[in-house]
Amino acid sequence: MIDPFFEAFFSRYNYWMAIILMLIGLYALIAKQNLVKKIIGLNIFQTAIFLFYISIAEVSGGTAPIYLPEGPEALYVNPLPHVLILTAIVVGVSITAVALSLIIKIYEEYGTIDQDDLMKVVRGR
Amino acid sequence: MTLIDQLPIFLIIFPVLAALLILAAGWYDRRFCYPVFLLTVLFQFLLSVFFLFMVMHGGEIRYYVGGWRPPLGIELVIDAFSGFVLATIMLLALATAIYAKKSIDLEIPHEKTVSFYVLFQLLIIGLVGMTVTGDVFNLYVFLEISSIAAYVLIASSRRSFSYVAAFNYLVLGSLAAGFILLGIGNLYVVTGTLNMGELAVFLLESYHLATVHSAFLLLIIGFSIKAAFFPLHLWLPDAYTEAPSAVTVLISTVMAKVSVYALIRFLFSVFTPSYIIETFPVTECILIISAIAIIAGAVLAIAQGDLKRLLAYSSVSQIGYIMFGIGVANQIALEGGLLHILGHALMKGCLFMVAGLIIYRMGTSKLSDMKGISQTMPISCAAFALAGASMIGIPPTIGFISKYYLVLGAFEAGLWIYAAVLLAGSLLAVCYIWRFIEIAYFAGAHDDHRVDNRSTGSREGPVSMLAPMLFLALLCLILGFYVEMVMEVIGPAADLLLGGA
Repeated sequence: MIDPFFEAFFSRYNYWMAIILMLIGLYALIAKQNLVKKIIGLNIFQTAIFLFYISIAEVSGGTAPIYLPEGPEALYVNPLPHVLILTAIVVGVSITAVALSLIIKIYEEYGTIDQDDLMKVVRGR
Repeated sequence: MTLIDQLPIFLIIFPVLAALLILAAGWYDRRFCYPVFLLTVLFQFLLSVFFLFMVMHGGEIRYYVGGWRPPLGIELVIDAFSGFVLATIMLLALATAIYAKKSIDLEIPHEKTVSFYVLFQLLIIGLVGMTVTGDVFNLYVFLEISSIAAYVLIASSRRSFSYVAAFNYLVLGSLAAGFILLGIGNLYVVTGTLNMGELAVFLLESYHLATVHSAFLLLIIGFSIKAAFFPLHLWLPDAYTEAPSAVTVLISTVMAKVSVYALIRFLFSVFTPSYIIETFPVTECILIISAIAIIAGAVLAIAQGDLKRLLAYSSVSQIGYIMFGIGVANQIALEGGLLHILGHALMKGCLFMVAGLIIYRMGTSKLSDMKGISQTMPISCAAFALAGASMIGIPPTIGFISKYYLVLGAFEAGLWIYAAVLLAGSLLAVCYIWRFIEIAYFAGAHDDHRVDNRSTGSREGPVSMLAPMLFLALLCLILGFYVEMVMEVIGPAADLLLGGA
C-alpha cells in the first residue's frame, strides 16, 4: 500500500523541489531584514524557476543535444528550455548586480542596510 | 524582400545600435548624445505611425526574425491593438524626449547624463519590444530589459531616497518577473510552444488542466504587480515620487500602459475570452478589485501633501479604470478601457510634466510651497487645469469620452453599482485635482509681496519643456472633439481581442 501523497510527491518530485526552493526564497525575501539577504532570497527564488525549466527539459535516457554519429535518431533532451534559461540567468545576474550596487549606495547614504533602521531614518527625514 | 518588409525589426535593431552610438558619442563629446537620442526616438515614432497606418489599411503585419517561421523562430506581430499601443507609447516617448533635455541637465549629476540617455533609450526599446513581439519568452526578455533600465533610472535622481525607492521596486519587479517566467514555463510544459498564436490554438484542448490554471494566475499576478494594479501597487508611489521628472513622465505614462497591454494580450489573445468566462470568475474578481482600486487610489491621492505623490496615487486609481474595462469585457467597455490607455497616458504625462516644471523652477514638489504659483507660471497651471479636467472627466475632453464608454459598457452589462463607482471615482478626482488648483490659483493671493519677490526669480520654464506639455494638454481636448478618429483604431482592436475566434 503506497500512500497517495507519497505517490504524488515522488512521481513529480522535481516540481516539488522547485516549489520548496521557491518558497524558501520567498520567505527570505519577505522575512529577512537585511537587504543583502533579501537579494539572496530573490536569487534562490529565481534559481528555483531555472531548475524547474531545466527539469522539464529532461528526457529519460536522453543525451546532450549535440550532433551525434547516430544523427537525428539519437535520443536528445529538449534543448530549448536550456537556451531560455541561459537568457534568464543573464537577466538574473544583471538584476543582482543592480540590486547590490543600490545596496552600496543605500549604505553610503544612510549607514545601514537593515530594513527597519532604514524605515526609521526615512520617516525621520 | 524589399526594405519595407524588413521595417518591423528596425524598430528594435536601430535603437539598440543608437544606444551604443550614444555611448560612443558621449565618450567623444557629451553634447552629441542628446541629438542622437532625440533623432532615434523621432525615427521610432514615425515608424510606429507608419505601422499604424499600414495596419489600418492592409491588415496585420507579421515579421519572422531571421526568416525562421514561428514554431522555430521569433515572430513580431503588429495588429490593430499593438499598433495602437505602439503609436501611443512612441508619441509619449517623443514628447518626453523633447521635455527631458532641460530637466535632466538640472536633476541628473553632469557626469551621468551619457549613461542616462543610454538607459532611457534602452527603456524605450524594452517597451517597444514588449508591444510588438509575438513570442511569450521574448516578451519576458524585453520586460526585463525595460525593468532593469527603469530601476537604474529611478535611482539616478538626486533625491537620496530614490535608492530605497528603486530597491523596493527592484525586489517587487523581479518577483513579478519571476512569476511571469514561471507562468510561461507552465504554458510551455502544456503546449510545447512559445508563440502566442500557436499557444492560443494549442491551449484550447487543455483548458481543464491545473497547469494551465496556475500559469494563468501566475501571469495575471505578475503583470498586475508590473502594472501597479491596486493591492500590488506598493512600489509605485515611492518610485514615481523619487524618480527624476522626465523618468516619472515616461514610466507613469508608457511603462504602466505597456504592462497593462501585456496583461490584456495574455487575457484575450493567449487565453481566449471563453476561457476567462468559463473557467474562473476572473472577470468578476478584476471588476471588484478595480472598483476598490478606483476608490482607494483616489482617496489616498487626496491625502497626499506632495504633488508628485498625489499624481502617483491618482495613477493607481486610473489603472483601475483601465482594468475595469477589461473586467466588464464587453465591446463598449473594452473600447472605453483602451481609449483610457491613450487618454490616461496623455493627461498623466501632462500633469507630471507640470510637476516636473514646478520642480525645475521652484526646486520643490510640496503642495504647501506652491501658494499662488499661477501668477508666476500661468501657462503651466492652465495646462494642469486642462489635463486635470480631462482626469476628472469633464466634457469634451478625452477623459470624459473614455469614462462615458466605460459607464455605457457597465450599463449594458447591467452592472449599475459599478457604474456608480466610476462616477464616485470621478468625484474623488475632482477633490485631488482641486487641491492643486486651489493652492495655485486661490491660496496666498493676499500675500502679495512674497509673490512679487518670487516672480522676479522664477518665470515659466524653457520652451522645450513647455511645448510638449502644452501639446499633450491640447491633445486631451482636441482628441475629445475628434474621438471618431481614435475610435476607428480602437474599434478594430477591441473586436480583435473579443472576437478572437
